[in-house]
Amino acid sequence: MAFLRHLLRKLGWYAAAFAAALGLNFFLPRMLPGNPVDTLVAASLGRGASSESKQRVYETYIHEFGLDQGLWEQFATYVGNVMRGDFGTSFSRYPADVSTMVADTLPWTILLQVPAVALGWIIGNLIGAVAAYRRGGFDRGVYLTSLFLSAAPYYCLAVLLLYGLAVALPLFPTGGGWSFGMRPEWSAAFAADALSHWFLPFLSLLLVFIGGQAIGMRSMAVYEIDADYVGFARSFDLPDRKIVAYIFRNGMLPQITGLALAIGTLVAGALLTEIVFSYPGIGTLLYDAILNKDYPVIQAVTLLVLIAVLAANFFVDVLYGLIDPRIRAAEKGER
Amino acid sequence: MNALRSLPARTFIAAAVFVAIVATGLIGPIAASAGPEELLGTAFTAPGADFLLGTDHLGRSVGVQLVHGVRTSLYIGLLAGGIGTLIGVAVGTLAGYLGRLADEVLMGLTNIMITIPSIIVLLLLSISLDTRSVTVLGLCIGAVSWPWTARAVRAQIASLREREHVDIARLSGERTWRIIGVELLPYMLSYIVMAFVIQLYGAILAEAALSLLGLGPTGTTSLGVMLHWAIAWESIRGGQWWVFGAPTVLITAITFSLLLVQSSLDSVFNPRLRGRKETA
Repeated sequence: MAFLRHLLRKLGWYAAAFAAALGLNFFLPRMLPGNPVDTLVAASLGRGASSESKQRVYETYIHEFGLDQGLWEQFATYVGNVMRGDFGTSFSRYPADVSTMVADTLPWTILLQVPAVALGWIIGNLIGAVAAYRRGGFDRGVYLTSLFLSAAPYYCLAVLLLYGLAVALPLFPTGGGWSFGMRPEWSAAFAADALSHWFLPFLSLLLVFIGGQAIGMRSMAVYEIDADYVGFARSFDLPDRKIVAYIFRNGMLPQITGLALAIGTLVAGALLTEIVFSYPGIGTLLYDAILNKDYPVIQAVTLLVLIAVLAANFFVDVLYGLIDPRIRAAEKGER
Repeated sequence: MNALRSLPARTFIAAAVFVAIVATGLIGPIAASAGPEELLGTAFTAPGADFLLGTDHLGRSVGVQLVHGVRTSLYIGLLAGGIGTLIGVAVGTLAGYLGRLADEVLMGLTNIMITIPSIIVLLLLSISLDTRSVTVLGLCIGAVSWPWTARAVRAQIASLREREHVDIARLSGERTWRIIGVELLPYMLSYIVMAFVIQLYGAILAEAALSLLGLGPTGTTSLGVMLHWAIAWESIRGGQWWVFGAPTVLITAITFSLLLVQSSLDSVFNPRLRGRKETA
């Protein structure tokens, strides 16, 4: 019951955040003075198009955005379209469907980010706990390395890795999702090829994430080490591995909150990593869309990222409510 | 001062690196013999006697661009960091001191802003601006970066509010703004300084990320803009290491040194960490 109440209250907050996200996504780009379609049609069609096809494209967009209606009606149209998964038509690749463009690139981004986050979280926290427990030179080394990894922005590390391991030392392909001349298909040869392209961007995300998590866990675990239960366990000569496991469990909870708060930065940062490697995911799609002023694509990607971040936050919140007995107790009014 | 003396040597190295970079941004553009946009040589000349740091895809000097880029990045960082800290401290103080409804409303807003990635909001703002001057960009970044500071300041103020000297001031009929200015904020100074360092760090990164996406300041160069062109013109795959290397190394050096200084300040100001310096 208490958990259900926790869940419902969180759901309310996320509904509000979602409404804010939708509003920002719709209203911010519309602060552009004048009729956006005029400038965009001129810019995206260029000189070559006949006036007839210009007129056709123009009417498509006017109708699509409902620009003949008031701003709030436009917003209602927009929300309705988004709910049906309709993000409109691309400017730069007219008449490609934006939803299809996003659907084609999304799996690549998911395959890149989810393993990096999951693995990075586990490895980073383990390293942080061990460093805090061991102290001394190992700790200093881990601390400085992690600080460096998390201080350097994602794309800087990506640039260095790309140059170091693909150009200077040609161990990996220099970018893209697969080799020239191949087509995405379900075959062992393509999977192996895609994996070799996937590895460097994955590694660069993984390293940054390990760094951030190790720092957080280390500063949590530093407090845990002075706790009575650690001294107690030590006096029994328990193996280090076991004591670190205890510290890990206690330091883990704030780290889950940290994960929830970091997810926004993480997802956005990972998109920039894709650009460096020309990885065929959402990030590269966004980059190309910005270069081509392809507003429908930009808005679809930003909305998708906003929704993904909110969903991930909500998931972590639910998880937190499930594993931390203190939250359940607080909801019951026991504390 | 004793606390300063016991800081690890790396703090001073980091601070020195940061000061050196600031000096580069201040003096460099004055000392440089040419503007950042001037075409001075052939494209992609390697570093040598003519160009200390080589030239980029158009034949512009990387060194000249670098000193101007550092200046732009630092300017945006200072402006945005200052605004972000100001709004954050104001919102956090009001929420923490007033409590009740004001607290609920302000923190609700803050929590929503924290959940929405600021880079996405910045991106949406930037695509609606046709020309983005350095100042406008700094204002935009500052306007979206305050929620973290607001949340942290609110927590501090909410506990400071319970102190006796605050009660006395309130009972003797002091005005609210005077209580905040005289009884609360002076205790927060070290905290605010650290918040500012973090804001500065975040703002420099935000500018670099936006510029990398091609939404950087128009009509000037910055570290992110340099990186954007380096990637757009394939200098990484082409092996022209000086073109992408210079901005990459500088962005990393700025952010790493700022984080090191901040974590050392933290160990001085934060009493909970003070005893543990030998392990840090």
